Amino acid sequence: MLEVKNLHAWYGESHILHGVDFEVHEGEVVTLIGRNGAGKTTTLKAIMGLVPRREGSIRFQSHELVGLRPDEIARLGIAFCPEERGIFASLSVSENLLLPPVIAQGGLDIPTIYTLFPNLKERAKSQGTKLSGGEQQMLAIARILRTGARLLLLDEPTEGLAPVIVQQIKRTIQEIKERGFTVLLVEQNFRFASGVADRHYVMENGRIIDMIPNAMIAANMQKLHEYLGV
Amino acid sequence: MITILGVPGPLLFGQLLLGLINGAFYAMLSLGLSVIFGLLNIINFAHGALFMMGAFVAWMLLNYLGLGYWWALVLSPLIVGIFGLILERTLIKHLYKLDHLYGLLLTFGLALVIEGLFRNKYGSSGMPYQIPPELEGATNLGFMFLPNYRGWVVFAALIACLGTWLLIEKTKLGALLRAATENAPLVQAFGVNVPRLVTLTYAGGVALAAFAGVLAAPIYSVNPNMGSNFINTVFAVVVIGGMGSIMGSIVTGFSLGVIEGLTKVFYPQASETVIFVVMAIVLLARPAGLFGRTA
Repeated sequence: MLEVKNLHAWYGESHILHGVDFEVHEGEVVTLIGRNGAGKTTTLKAIMGLVPRREGSIRFQSHELVGLRPDEIARLGIAFCPEERGIFASLSVSENLLLPPVIAQGGLDIPTIYTLFPNLKERAKSQGTKLSGGEQQMLAIARILRTGARLLLLDEPTEGLAPVIVQQIKRTIQEIKERGFTVLLVEQNFRFASGVADRHYVMENGRIIDMIPNAMIAANMQKLHEYLGV
Repeated sequence: MITILGVPGPLLFGQLLLGLINGAFYAMLSLGLSVIFGLLNIINFAHGALFMMGAFVAWMLLNYLGLGYWWALVLSPLIVGIFGLILERTLIKHLYKLDHLYGLLLTFGLALVIEGLFRNKYGSSGMPYQIPPELEGATNLGFMFLPNYRGWVVFAALIACLGTWLLIEKTKLGALLRAATENAPLVQAFGVNVPRLVTLTYAGGVALAAFAGVLAAPIYSVNPNMGSNFINTVFAVVVIGGMGSIMGSIVTGFSLGVIEGLTKVFYPQASETVIFVVMAIVLLARPAGLFGRTA
């Protein structure tokens, strides 16, 4: 579904990605793991066209994404949930939820979203940023489920959240997977990642250095500890 | 004759009305400036010149094509809006990644060029534009005579301001605009064509200035300087109301017009400076403006 080959990206003078290669198959949940500054967030942003300069190849279904604008990329069926969540302060919860345009059929309808995230219904009229951190994260995920995008890029959805909320997000991602969405997830929380993902790509210094199927996690624990420095 | 605080009633009401009229123009112009600044990060110094163009296009429609006031009220904002659209697509769009200063220099230069071209062709003495026959005359309100056209200007400005407010605060398009003002790259990553939204916003703000220009044409003479006379005060209004606040621009515009009018009655010497005194006080107390959000 997504095939990234020899991807380079720059912010101004600094060369962040040095030839990233990986692929994501339809229906998979795949994580990018690695230390801070390894280039995980930049990889997601480069797929979305949100970096100033990128080279190499990103193929999504049959389309080449390098050279397209972010809105053109989104309309092919990719949705992005940023690390800082990107909830708009000048919009209400329901305005935030309804903001991303529907780009294809097959997204979740509002009643389904409210069943998955009942808090959002109760607080529909509140200002978006008045929600708790966990609720804001739910809102940030919920609004991209509506659009009909089939590939979701989630940047650290569990960052800074209480364990009970992390559990709830885990269930949400499992639910999303059952519904046939494909997810590319950036995660620092390895326990969380191993509970939801099919495969893990390990990043270091702007490259992919290893790929570990989730089933092989136990056998690779030692190696992972070295990669992540924990 | 009634006197209020030692001032004759008709004088007081007359100046209040004049203040309300000026306030109507302050509100419409600062509204456009504020929306444009919010989304484009450009301080549009050409706004006064585009207001003036609105009045001139009304004059040209009448004198070259025989199309009267009501046609001008629709066509002039459209024509000047398209002109704004071309300015944004060809010139302004190259400046978004640069410092504010470049946008300021470009739009200030554009204002000088536009005003210079009109001065070259039409001179600077000003040309009359008749009040439409439907709005001639005056109505006796009991305490004063209200010239019908002036009443209409205040009414039309209120409608234009409230319409803009509704569009921005209550519609889907407005939600996109507010969101893009906060975080344009993310809105674009949701599949919204943000560059097009930016162009339309600039054209919309410019069209509102031109609409104000047509309303102004029968009150002030149509001349190349009519925009620059207004624009300094309008910038003060934007600063007092708070950059990027819609309701702030409307309320501040009208109330500063009224304050200016009252100053003319009670202490005429200060009438030219009172707005800047208010600006200084507001900035000392609330640097983000009266309605501004502190980031």
